[in-house]
Amino acid sequence: MENVRLIEVKEDILSDNIKLAGEVRERLRGTQTMLLNLMSSPGSGKTSLILQTVEGLAGKVRFGVIEADIDSTVDAEKVTARGIPAIQLRTGGFCHLDATMVTQGIDAMDVSELDLVIIENVGNLVCPAEFDTGAHKNIMILSVPEGDDKPLKYPLMFSICDLLLINKIDYLSLSDFDMSALRERALALNPRLTILEVSCKTGAGIEGWIDWLNGEVETFKNMEE
Amino acid sequence: MHELPITESILKIVLKHARANSVHKVMTVHLRIGKLSDLEDEWIQRYFDYLSKGTLAEEAKLKIERTPVIVRCNACSESYEADVKNLNDLTCTACGGKEYTLISGREYYIKNMEVQ
Repeated sequence: MENVRLIEVKEDILSDNIKLAGEVRERLRGTQTMLLNLMSSPGSGKTSLILQTVEGLAGKVRFGVIEADIDSTVDAEKVTARGIPAIQLRTGGFCHLDATMVTQGIDAMDVSELDLVIIENVGNLVCPAEFDTGAHKNIMILSVPEGDDKPLKYPLMFSICDLLLINKIDYLSLSDFDMSALRERALALNPRLTILEVSCKTGAGIEGWIDWLNGEVETFKNMEE
Repeated sequence: MHELPITESILKIVLKHARANSVHKVMTVHLRIGKLSDLEDEWIQRYFDYLSKGTLAEEAKLKIERTPVIVRCNACSESYEADVKNLNDLTCTACGGKEYTLISGREYYIKNMEVQ
């Protein structure tokens, strides 16, 4: 039997993705296009938020959408119906988007004409948190019916986001969702997290979201100068 | 949940080093994965067994060391270990500060491998 020897490897398993994500960020800096990664559970309101955003940003910010879906194109159809460029990536069973898939989405869009690209990631609070997509900002939605205990169950997701949108606040009176407990739990994981409360259905709080988004796009552009 | 793409990356890197070192067989791969990752060791091995069939790494065992979640207090720069089961209380053990920076706990790293 041959002798067993040891080979030093010392490589990051995700290094390919991290490198590619860095390239995506650089490339979009060049075209002054901010990339925003939107994550949440299924059904918490990602597509509804994007549709609300179309109206809020109209005439101010030119934006496009990269939709990720396991195997359908319904979300992209809803967005394009509003006149917004949308690329649908079918992830074919993959539970998240990575930088390779995002690159395909960007390649298929004329990003030089856009100030903002929003990635609608696969509905899932676990996997998307682990993979750098190349986004400049990461945001998540938590909807009231999901419960205020989610930061305890999905700490990584809450810890990597810049903004947390609490959607479906019109359900608050019907549930025992404890907003102050949720805020305390989320901020304990991530003290720099901005938290906004919205309802995509009634439009409550949407103005605050649009202001935040406008401000971020503005700051991003000014960093270039 | 996303063990499959991670395992594909592990196998790719392992085979690259195996070829570069004229290895006949990979016996064991030593990995370091942060405690914040929710990957299940058992599933990584199962996927690896499946993906590595017919390669130099067939039947190799994955030995996974979990690295602790370490944070550094933004106020006093003290570093301390966070309890993964109780991430909601990350108050600094030295000064009581509540703002911190993550130092380790998210890594995915291949240390070395035993080969023949």
